[in-house]
Amino acid sequence: MGEGRGLSRRALLGWGGGVAAGVAVGAAGGLGLAEVRTPAGPTAGSTTGATTGPGGRTAAGAHAFTGARQAGIVTPAQDRLYLAAFDVTTSDRGALVDLLRTWTVMAARMTQGLPAGPGGPTGGAYDAPPDDTGEAADLPPAGLTVTFGFGRSLFVGRPGPDPAAGVDRFGLAGRLPGGLVELPHFAGDALDPARSDGDLVVQACADDPQVAVHAVRNLARAAFGTATLRWAQLGYGRTSSTSTQQATPRNLFGFKDGTAAVKAEEAEALEQHVWVPASAAAADAPAVDSGWLTGGSYLVARRIRMTIETWDRASLREQEAVVGRTKGAGAPLSGGEEFTEPDFAASGRGGAPLIAADSHVRLAHPSSNGGVRMLRRGYTFTDGNDRLGRLDAGLVFLAFVTDPRTHYVPMQTALASQDALSEYLQHTGSGLFAVPPGVTEVPTGPDGTPVLVADGPFVGEALFR
Amino acid sequence: MSRRLATAAGLVALALPLTACVPNDPPAAAAGTGGAAAAAGPLTVSSTADACTLSADTAPSGTLRFSVTNDGTDVTEFYLLAEDGLRIVSEVENIGPGLTRDLVVQAEPGSYWTACKPGMVGDGLRSPFTVTDSGTPVGPTGDTAELLAAAEASYLAYVKDQAGALIAATQAFAGAYASGDDAAARAQYAPARVHWERIEPVAESFGDLDPLLDLREADLEEGAVWSGWHLVEKDLWQPALEANGGVAYVPLTPEQRATAAADLVTYTQRLVDQVNAPGFEVEAFQIGNGAKELLDEVATGKVTGEEEIWSHTDLWDFAANVDGAHVAYEVLAEVVEGEDADLAAQLEERFTELEGLLARHGSYAAGFAGYDTLTPDEVRALAAAVDALSEPLSQLTATVTSA
Repeated sequence: MGEGRGLSRRALLGWGGGVAAGVAVGAAGGLGLAEVRTPAGPTAGSTTGATTGPGGRTAAGAHAFTGARQAGIVTPAQDRLYLAAFDVTTSDRGALVDLLRTWTVMAARMTQGLPAGPGGPTGGAYDAPPDDTGEAADLPPAGLTVTFGFGRSLFVGRPGPDPAAGVDRFGLAGRLPGGLVELPHFAGDALDPARSDGDLVVQACADDPQVAVHAVRNLARAAFGTATLRWAQLGYGRTSSTSTQQATPRNLFGFKDGTAAVKAEEAEALEQHVWVPASAAAADAPAVDSGWLTGGSYLVARRIRMTIETWDRASLREQEAVVGRTKGAGAPLSGGEEFTEPDFAASGRGGAPLIAADSHVRLAHPSSNGGVRMLRRGYTFTDGNDRLGRLDAGLVFLAFVTDPRTHYVPMQTALASQDALSEYLQHTGSGLFAVPPGVTEVPTGPDGTPVLVADGPFVGEALFR
Repeated sequence: MSRRLATAAGLVALALPLTACVPNDPPAAAAGTGGAAAAAGPLTVSSTADACTLSADTAPSGTLRFSVTNDGTDVTEFYLLAEDGLRIVSEVENIGPGLTRDLVVQAEPGSYWTACKPGMVGDGLRSPFTVTDSGTPVGPTGDTAELLAAAEASYLAYVKDQAGALIAATQAFAGAYASGDDAAARAQYAPARVHWERIEPVAESFGDLDPLLDLREADLEEGAVWSGWHLVEKDLWQPALEANGGVAYVPLTPEQRATAAADLVTYTQRLVDQVNAPGFEVEAFQIGNGAKELLDEVATGKVTGEEEIWSHTDLWDFAANVDGAHVAYEVLAEVVEGEDADLAAQLEERFTELEGLLARHGSYAAGFAGYDTLTPDEVRALAAAVDALSEPLSQLTATVTSA
């Protein structure tokens, strides 16, 4: 259908007629998009790469939106997460493309600390609602990244309960990559459909939760008529480090988590375990053309509730035995320090292994999983309490992997049935998304900021070609 | 937060009955910032391949805390031995290289030996150690070992007794179910499971038996074969379409029934055989942990109605878990009373409260109300009583093992 056509009237209206003629399609470098590794606080206005947007805000502490890969994967994990999945409500392929194009520009702007639309919170028509909701107006970019992905249902629809086939609404069934499987039911799964799956996913990470929520709120607003929020999940504290520059944080069990995960500095490991290689598309061919995902990744998202009340009653001995690491330093029970490789052969009294056979560190370790590793980007959540007066709290498990069939399903199958930790975990939400590669440039307007143009590039564009 | 963590974090445990079990501790506030529960502060021990270096070779009687760091490359152990060099007063094992573990022990005045055992072989690197008289009597120890041995024997007898009752009830239930007498099977289902639920942590200690007998459908891995109580439960209380994920439930065929019934008996008999095997023992710490685990079972499965989603007989299991925990506590009660009278009193009180609350919803003789008939407020009250008991009950093991 008409993906090559101009923008819909609605999109034009929402942007105040901002599709300008004669707009330059400039390289992203003109935006001051240099990656700033250390997220800047409000006082760090002198950081290089700063630019002043229409709202008078500085782009200090901004991560580049453009690049061969989407930001928000190897970017050093920010402190907060707002993860949102959307159901596409239209079956008009052109409308879907319009939305992705609009989202791309909005994300390119917001990640640089610019308002979502060209008018901003106060600069538009007085009789029109502002094209940015305004709550981030005085805040720095706070390291915001916005990462987009596509769910299986976008390609083949949602199957009914009595395996009724889903509907391919957008003519994408032939583009479904092999790794975008329906995850199996793992032992103990208690998934809530209302907290699972979705056609589209938006991962907004920032060091300020208001900045992250602002991004999703404005994207959701732009989606009305095309897509609606299916579920959204706030993560208030990071539990992973994606860079060797970052210390390993603790999860709600009080333990360091993800010590062995892939870090941004491990170029070879990223190629091997995180990015989708060209060979994946070759394997899908000729039945399926999935080359659009080459250079992208898969996002496994699981909402894992922790039964922290019973965990808190477990003795320190049991807690350490279950995890396989010391609670203090995070050292494996076989000895050493946090980053000492666990020695699974080490045994103590009576020949019993120092790191128990059913401990988390053993079962999750690459050596128990054919050498596979994941890039983890998890966050802690607390969503109030349940009806029994217990915290509804846990981990938003986020992992970026090259293929979930090899890099998630086997490990989770083993963990769900054998991991002693699973006694304290309940998976209540689940999503698997194909994350396309990045957008290398965005068009800019006369003021040098990203602007929406007809036929402008957008995230996942190759999927619709 | 458990008291053990509170102590380790150096918090002032004013609200907790900490001092009761350590009569000769200095006032709690004095230990508030040092992170040490010991009268004389922590003693440090460095264990290497050829040395066992202590920060002091003497300490006043009372609670001693040895903070043992493995500075060597082999796994090590640390012992406090009696004057004869043979009797082990206390020990800490499995300290990996670079790690630190604490040994907390109540020591009376006298001569002792300390020993590090790098590589876990030989007599270890020994040095004499003297405990001087601090002037305050050390808490009741003397016959603790005897009390614990009696507790272990008593609990083992209880486990065997329940296992015996379980197999008898299971055989009767399986017979009724296999023969198609659904009414009789439904009536026997919950009463038979009571014996299982009372000793469930013991069954769990045998690894594969618990999943074979007690796996819920949600816990089933895709493609795995389902057996045990809940398979039969679902077949006896067959779900409607909407309660079964939108898929029509297919009843078990007579052959499948026969297999399910036979499996139930076979696996249960295996449990009976294991608890009656000559070498089978239950140690005091396992009894304490088991009591806590039974309450965890209530907290995560029964009080949420997830255990018996078809029959809604969760309160039967609930009552049985509490029974099992109460028995576990009672066999240890004398030790707990000697170590920490306040904890003992609190546990008695909270068992009574919880059991009183349960009694409002039925009894074994009259039957318990279905979980689906409870109001949200009633469930919440039960959950609160479970949590109220679980928190002090989680102190049971540490109290007993430090005795």
